[in-house]
Amino acid sequence: MRFLKYLIVGTFFGILMAKSEAFSWYRIQEMFRFQAFHMYGIIGTAVVVGALGVFVIKKLKIKDIHGKPIEFQPKERGFYRYFIGGTLFGLGWALGGSCPGPMVVSIGYGVLPMIIVFLFAVVGTFAYGELRDRLPH
Amino acid sequence: MWEFIVQPWPWWFSGLSISATMFALILFGRSFGFSSNLRTLCAIASQRSRSFFDFDWKKEIWNLIFLVGAILGGFLAHTYLSDGFAVALSPATVNDLAALGFGEPSTSASGVQPDELFSWEQALTLKGFLILAVAGFLVGFGTRYAGGCTSGHAISGLSDLQLPSLIAVVGFFTGGLIMTHLLYPLIF
Repeated sequence: MRFLKYLIVGTFFGILMAKSEAFSWYRIQEMFRFQAFHMYGIIGTAVVVGALGVFVIKKLKIKDIHGKPIEFQPKERGFYRYFIGGTLFGLGWALGGSCPGPMVVSIGYGVLPMIIVFLFAVVGTFAYGELRDRLPH
Repeated sequence: MWEFIVQPWPWWFSGLSISATMFALILFGRSFGFSSNLRTLCAIASQRSRSFFDFDWKKEIWNLIFLVGAILGGFLAHTYLSDGFAVALSPATVNDLAALGFGEPSTSASGVQPDELFSWEQALTLKGFLILAVAGFLVGFGTRYAGGCTSGHAISGLSDLQLPSLIAVVGFFTGGLIMTHLLYPLIF
């Protein structure tokens, strides 16, 4: 039962990705061609509201549902891993029109060939794990 | 109310909903980062010690449950919450995509993903399969290399004003723009 809340939030996320159309290859193409405000509005709203909320959580030292202080893990410093990794991600994002969350939402939506994209995303992550020590970070 | 839900959601409501998802997970003592699931799946499949995939994946089960929910959400959205209309894409994008051989969203079976890439007929040609495989591979490789995807960096990281996340997002767009503007004309 302690996992039920994650199923509910995950289901909400799936509905939202579909109803916002943010999981659509067409919308991602529109975004990378700067031809509509839609995706920028979505991400911009999420980041601005997110930043305000994170600020309030830190300021008021809000605790989580288990009564533990909420901590935000700072990301490791670095440049290469973020820029090179991010660029590779972006190439794939624009080609398949999906990042990892939207891939599985599409599968649920009935676009079954997206299973191929998701399986190869797992393979890609596996390849990174194997090559990690030889890559600049 | 119901009419609002079954229509495509406006950008501001969609953005607020993403924030709500992130805050729900934060209040549960977790964080919003979807691509960690890819690493967890590798860990379950490989079971090797002393590698990148040797960690206590049982602590990540909550995120796999979230993933199952996302699939369910996609199913519910399609089955019960859809008004049946295809994506209302901007005319400029429709024109650009037509030049590359893609029909309007309304010509695709799902209305949201193009049949030119995501019908089995295309996906099982050599070229079609390679496109989907390479796209997935780059996303999976890149997201772990960069330490996060759109949810972990663009939403969670930027909300926490993390410089590494900003660098990653600049990378996401660098790759996306190169693919869209330089490589698409060569591929399609």
